[in-house]
Amino acid sequence: MYRYILRRSVSGLLLILAVSLATFFLMFAGGDPATRMAGESGSVADIIRIREAYGFDRPIILQYLSWLGGFLTGDLGRSLYFDLPVSSILVERMFTTMRLGACAILLAVAIGVPLGVAAGCHPNTKIDRFALLFAVVGQAMPTFWFALLLVIAFSVTFPILPSSGLDSWKHYIMPMVVLSYFAAPAIMRLTRSGMIGVLDTDYIRTARAMGIVPRKVLMKYALRNALIPVVSLAAAQFGYMLAGSVVVESVFAIHGAGRLAWESILRSDLPVIQALVLCFSLFYIVLTFLADVVNAWLDPRMRIS
Amino acid sequence: MTAAPVASAVGAKPIVTRILPRWRQHTGFMLGFSVLVVFALMAILAPLLAPHDPYAQDLMSRMRPPVWMEGGSWDHPFGADQVGRDYLSRIFYGARISLFVGLCVTLLSCLIGTTLGVAAGYFGGRVDTVISFLITARLAIPVVLVALAVVALVGSSLQVVIAVLGLLLWDRFAIVMRATTQQIRSADFIVAAKVQGASHLQIVVQEILPNVVNNLLVVATLEIAQAIVLEAALSFLGIGVPAPTPSWGLMIAEGRADVFFDPWLITIPGAFLFVLVLATNMTGDGLRDLTAPEGRNR
Repeated sequence: MYRYILRRSVSGLLLILAVSLATFFLMFAGGDPATRMAGESGSVADIIRIREAYGFDRPIILQYLSWLGGFLTGDLGRSLYFDLPVSSILVERMFTTMRLGACAILLAVAIGVPLGVAAGCHPNTKIDRFALLFAVVGQAMPTFWFALLLVIAFSVTFPILPSSGLDSWKHYIMPMVVLSYFAAPAIMRLTRSGMIGVLDTDYIRTARAMGIVPRKVLMKYALRNALIPVVSLAAAQFGYMLAGSVVVESVFAIHGAGRLAWESILRSDLPVIQALVLCFSLFYIVLTFLADVVNAWLDPRMRIS
Repeated sequence: MTAAPVASAVGAKPIVTRILPRWRQHTGFMLGFSVLVVFALMAILAPLLAPHDPYAQDLMSRMRPPVWMEGGSWDHPFGADQVGRDYLSRIFYGARISLFVGLCVTLLSCLIGTTLGVAAGYFGGRVDTVISFLITARLAIPVVLVALAVVALVGSSLQVVIAVLGLLLWDRFAIVMRATTQQIRSADFIVAAKVQGASHLQIVVQEILPNVVNNLLVVATLEIAQAIVLEAALSFLGIGVPAPTPSWGLMIAEGRADVFFDPWLITIPGAFLFVLVLATNMTGDGLRDLTAPEGRNR
């Protein structure tokens, strides 16, 4: 087990290195960053001064190493727009997004898993078709349109929910529903197919033949095995959801990391964008790492392969 | 010297001839595919179908509601937007943008993903390790965020949106192609081709590709849907296809300010987007059911 965790951490660290490299070069996607920062009215002298001030005149590899070194010590650079350290802006925003995302993924699991179990236990029945419809509609629904539809329904036609901000529990309902409906279909489908696969195995047939109460067969033997792949999926979905918060936060005017990313992109505030991309990637890497560890604990076979 | 005939033994017959007998029975596929055909016709025939120029502004008919609402007229069946452009015409031309972006992005990402996936599956070993690492790294990168950032930095235009999405969305192709190639790499017909002295390129093109084309088609269909949604999302956030291009995502963004009084500005383009993505997904799911080996006995 420890060896598995060790091996998995090494590949995780390599992954972080690769992603940080990609994120760093994002800065150069739009050409010379100094020219961009100087703006249209900037003179050649301005550009040269910016280059020196921000260290753009150093070899690229040195720039990368100092940026990465700063990141590791908690110095994420300085926002060009706010003229404040990026970390001071980021932490609170990230917290908002994480809280919303955590609520949403819990809701998605709470809907997706029971629905998937019900559909998997009774394939080709009414409940299965309902679950399939739920998934197919959810996977085709663009998040931003769904969010606006909810606003039209519950803030305009029947004004019972607030359409923007995050001040009370009522504000959480619509963004949570939108984000969880984005993640729930995949969780439902995987639970369903896992359930169908497990119920067909010899050990379940044996357990049933031995006369163990069907409920216990389902809960103790089938569900545990069917849920192993769902753990990884839910972790990955949580990561995507955080990154997808750009859209939802811009619709509901929530001051989270997603909205900050969108605003920073509009202002070309590169240090903030880089820090956000790297943070979201880091979350994803850490989440999938944790999911793998949980799975290795649930399923001993994974530790060997 | 080639070993082409061997490939057909595994079932490389064209996809259509194998589906034809059973396709009618698959309601989801039939429904999705028919709707997709309608949308494609809409996109191709947009200049003939559209009652007005999608760019022509007419201040007299500003914010004219659709025909089924009070104050609507048949002159503008879906109403007219904030500057009096005919909404129906913009919807028709919007189908062009969506399908064009969907197809181009998929073509580009298919090329990248299939090359990587087949190489990883066919060669295995170190090549596989490196490519698998690339796939994992790509999965860790937040697509929407990076696409937004790059499009904003490079400057938004249709070409940039297509290039950026195409360079980001190859992961599913690579994963599926790697797995499928791994399954058949040690099959007899591949070994036979090797014994006959076929080069790696010959084996990949003549033996492997014909056998993975079904899976490729399924992934491509689902990927078209994803590209369409992402283009709409980027345009909705104001960093995709630039105005005044009639993109459905952009139309929804422009209607946002009037969400309280004229929600139809949002519901109409959104409904078209939803139905197009739904139909594409249903076609892809149907193709998988009809071509997947485990689905054949059903």
